[in-house]
Amino acid sequence: MEQVIANGLYLGAQYALIALGLTLIFALMNVLNFAHGQMYVLGGFVTYTIYGQLKLPFVVALICSGVTLAVIGALMERFLFRTVVRRSKREESTMLLAAATAFFLDAVMLLLFGEKQRGVPKIVSGVFASEGVILPYDRIMVGVIAILMIATFMLFMQYSKPGRAMRALAQDRIAAQLMGVKVERYSMIGFALGAMLAGIVGGLLVSITGVNSGIGGPISIKAFLMVMIGGAGVVGGAIAGGFILGMMESVGLATLREYGDVTYLVIFALLMIFLSIRPNGLMGKPWG
Amino acid sequence: MRTSQATTVRIIASALFLLALLVAVPLLIEATGRTDLYYTLTSVALLSIISAGVWITFYIGRINIGQGAYALMGGYVSAILVTSYGMSFWLTLPLAGLFCAAASVLIGLPILRLRGVYFAMVTLVLTEVARLLALALPVTNGASGIVSIPLPSGISFFGVTLVPDFATLANPRLAFYIVAVLLMALCFLSLYRLAHSRTGQLCQSLQQNEELASSIGVNIAYLRVIAYALSSFFGGVGGAMFAAIAQSIYPSSFTVADSVNFMLNCFLGGLGYVLGPMLGTFVLYFGWDLLFQTGEFQLLIFSTVLIVLMLALPNGLLSLAIPRKRSV
Repeated sequence: MEQVIANGLYLGAQYALIALGLTLIFALMNVLNFAHGQMYVLGGFVTYTIYGQLKLPFVVALICSGVTLAVIGALMERFLFRTVVRRSKREESTMLLAAATAFFLDAVMLLLFGEKQRGVPKIVSGVFASEGVILPYDRIMVGVIAILMIATFMLFMQYSKPGRAMRALAQDRIAAQLMGVKVERYSMIGFALGAMLAGIVGGLLVSITGVNSGIGGPISIKAFLMVMIGGAGVVGGAIAGGFILGMMESVGLATLREYGDVTYLVIFALLMIFLSIRPNGLMGKPWG
Repeated sequence: MRTSQATTVRIIASALFLLALLVAVPLLIEATGRTDLYYTLTSVALLSIISAGVWITFYIGRINIGQGAYALMGGYVSAILVTSYGMSFWLTLPLAGLFCAAASVLIGLPILRLRGVYFAMVTLVLTEVARLLALALPVTNGASGIVSIPLPSGISFFGVTLVPDFATLANPRLAFYIVAVLLMALCFLSLYRLAHSRTGQLCQSLQQNEELASSIGVNIAYLRVIAYALSSFFGGVGGAMFAAIAQSIYPSSFTVADSVNFMLNCFLGGLGYVLGPMLGTFVLYFGWDLLFQTGEFQLLIFSTVLIVLMLALPNGLLSLAIPRKRSV
């Protein structure tokens, strides 16, 4: 049982970090970023190249992953999403654009990195073992880094000037603009920040599970699940959703093993029941 | 007087278009010897039926990325009925549609209360669930799928052969093409009728403001379930037809990428136009096929073109035609 909880916490920490980026972009731009999983994979590949191929320290690789994705996110917002949001008659058009960018990133990664599964050597070796729990040290480290990053992110959003501006933007775009918040600049920063989070998680997890260019889509789907559980556009909701999904997956894999690969079916059935009671998730606002 | 004239013109134009598809296209294909085009065009026709279903959910103001789930379901229902129960394919075609419609009522009742991004996300997950179900259920035969489904048998009525047995035909591709085009015509005809009926107007009121509509007395819960059921019906019929042509169905026959593509077809054609899904499917499918020669750069070029199209025409291809209509 302790083992199940430990696994759930570890999974939850990494999931929450993925969901945070997605929900941030949604809150600021009202854009459902289909390419989030692809951004995660790209972050993984950057770390693979720098840490696995060039043999530079892991921290450098992680920072490079974050910076690369932040730049890509900022460019995407500036040149693609901003234009389409301005010109389109329906908000949904940004979804098509997001799907197209997901295809685009997939294509680029396939060309650059091929379709093989890529992994890197472990960052720290050894296994932590006590009476009920066995966890490799590298998983513990990744979990701890993820939790530290979540805490940093929340402090940043709560107390820094850009964080306050972005929260204002998420609450009411027009009111924020009237109060002198530079809406366009902070949209761009927010998009870059969301992409950066995806890239860093990708970089962290390449050291444990590895990456291949095909897993972007499934990662996006998991991120959507978490955001639905917690409520779209709410930071606390994304974190709660991440930990809940991580825990359910861990418990499901442990208890439903004899019925075959049905964990996600059960999770989805539960989600449907839950959503029919609370259509906006745990903490979501009742918007359209 | 003017409106009746316009209607006549429209009827003649659609009849000519259908005639061209049924007569001129096969003649052209025979003349040029490109028989592989039959398969391509059949796929376009069937995919546009499935996309038309997505279009209906757009019509009630919902973004549906779960159509792949119903296409897969329809394919499996038809395949299981044909292989395990020996039913005629032509009977399973509407049954597959009805099964999907019934399933979508059950699924739709809770999830249609969701809006916007929430509905989009939940339907996206639905596609993945359908795949997992197909893998897990015993009746669907897991990852190996159902293979070597027999070709559709004939229908005879008092000794008169209405539809010949496809297995005895010299060119079953042509037969499938004709069936697909007829189905597509039927589908878009009913779509046109729906969009211009009272129900269609009510559906549009849902798209604009549900609270307002319900305050005037529109039964929104009933309408959106009906629309979603119809949408899934199209998905199921299209999927069943695909299973019959490929003579096989696997859990990976319709995936999340397909669901996203159905949505893209509608977007690209334009959401405000009945023929939008048809045009969008045609352009996307043929564009993809044409790019096949570019090899590994296929996806790269395809997605770049999509992005550029979105930047230039964010309201769909058919929106090019609006200014002309307005000026008349």
